[in-house]
Amino acid sequence: MAVEQTPAQIPAPAGAQSRIHNIGYRSYDGPRLGRAYARRSLYSQSLRGAYGLGRSVKSKVLPMVLFAVMCAPAAIMVAVTVATTAKKLPVEYTNYAIVMQAVIGLYVASQAPQAVSRDLRFKTVPLYFSRPIETADYVRAKFAALASALFLITAVPLVVLYVGALLAKLDFTDQTKGFLQGLVSVALLSLLFAGIGLVISAVTPRRGFGIAAVIAVLTISYGAVSTLQAIADAQGSGSAVPWIGLFSPITLIDGVQTAFLGGTSAYPGGVGPSTGEGVVFLLAALGVIAGCYGLLMRRYRKVGL
Amino acid sequence: MYDPTVARLTYRALLGRRRALILGALPLLLIVIAVAVRGLVGADDQTAADVLGGLALATMVPIIGVIAGTGAIGPEIDDGSVIYLLAKPLKRPTIIFTKLIVAIGVTMAFSAVPTFIAGLILNGNGQQVAVAYTVAALVASIAYAALFLLLGTVSRHAVVFGLVYALVWEALFGSLVAGARTLSVQQWALAVGHKVTDGDLVTSDVSLPTATVLLIVVTVLATWFAGQKLRTLTPTGDE
Repeated sequence: MAVEQTPAQIPAPAGAQSRIHNIGYRSYDGPRLGRAYARRSLYSQSLRGAYGLGRSVKSKVLPMVLFAVMCAPAAIMVAVTVATTAKKLPVEYTNYAIVMQAVIGLYVASQAPQAVSRDLRFKTVPLYFSRPIETADYVRAKFAALASALFLITAVPLVVLYVGALLAKLDFTDQTKGFLQGLVSVALLSLLFAGIGLVISAVTPRRGFGIAAVIAVLTISYGAVSTLQAIADAQGSGSAVPWIGLFSPITLIDGVQTAFLGGTSAYPGGVGPSTGEGVVFLLAALGVIAGCYGLLMRRYRKVGL
Repeated sequence: MYDPTVARLTYRALLGRRRALILGALPLLLIVIAVAVRGLVGADDQTAADVLGGLALATMVPIIGVIAGTGAIGPEIDDGSVIYLLAKPLKRPTIIFTKLIVAIGVTMAFSAVPTFIAGLILNGNGQQVAVAYTVAALVASIAYAALFLLLGTVSRHAVVFGLVYALVWEALFGSLVAGARTLSVQQWALAVGHKVTDGDLVTSDVSLPTATVLLIVVTVLATWFAGQKLRTLTPTGDE
């Protein structure tokens, strides 16, 4: 043992000295996937995460249950329509999301904090930005992922209704028109809800608090608006009813689709905004979406450092 | 049974930093609406009862209850820092009881007080409407806080389940299925509120003895079970 010589004890020639430290690491010279790829990955992972795919079984339960709850009434309605050979579906395409707003609210409240709060809490946001993505990429990917997830949960029941309506041999053009209008309306709703949900949950790193805050904003604003509308309607000032609807997300969507997408208003008194007023509603909805995007950008410029 | 240090820490967790402002936004909104309604309608007892019943007791009290009840223990279990609390020589039921007291206090402060103020603004406590709903909110605060504190120790999705109970069970099923109303904190609280004022505007589907018994049973059972749950808590990482 004692006679064993280690390489270090051999007086090495000057050129070979560097070889001690060279343990064979090689630099990467293959293709680099770049910014667009990173953004796409972030989008698809966030979208999968919104339904618990690729996460633990426990976290799949809630989104899947909400998805099933969202689709079940549509399936039942279709079954009833086919069985009774009714002339039309029990609910309009545009009204479905309004009726099921509690489920949509719970979904966005549970999944929006999931998408952003954990990155904030574990301080992993700067790690994302050590990749070749920028603030805008992160915000856009998360925004698009949550909006897509919401679009899935709101559009699939419409597809069920549409297929059922065709199976029940309802008028094709009529149903297609209603279906497409419904799709446009839920697309707008998805963007709006995703924006609001993300802005609120990006503020707090605490998941539970984010959930409560999102649901509070959605329900309390709806509760307040519908209370005020009911009172305005009962007091005979019916012209004020649509304008009050501007102040909560779901009534905002209701107003837009009443004005442009042939929906019947769920407002008390059934009087929605006219086309002229509808422009204000549409601008308000788009403004809120853009505002949410701006706020998210501002927030992530700060926490991304 | 009551530990001031735990209480102080819980208060800080619930109301620290900007959280108190967010919690305060809800009651503020209620008062703003009350002012708006008073401006639109004038003092009307029926409207006052509708606003207080529909907005304050049915929506605001449960939401504040969920935030305070689950917020008192949920985040600590979620991020694992509850270990440092459990490692102290304190009885687990003591921790739960202290957190319950704090949660009740916060829920009452942020829901019952604004309910009373809104009631005064709406109709100046005509027919005792404001007092009735304030009493109902106070009673409901206790039961909600205990119930949601239990949820916080049982599940990591406590907030969602709490909200499902408060909004889907009480609001949706309660309005469709009469039987669901017997099992609703809101109706029990209304029964107590009804008894206090003897008015016709505040009514409940549950008789007072049933309501009182159920309220006490639910509160005590939930607190006891939460204490038991905390004794056997297995701390898990975040997925």
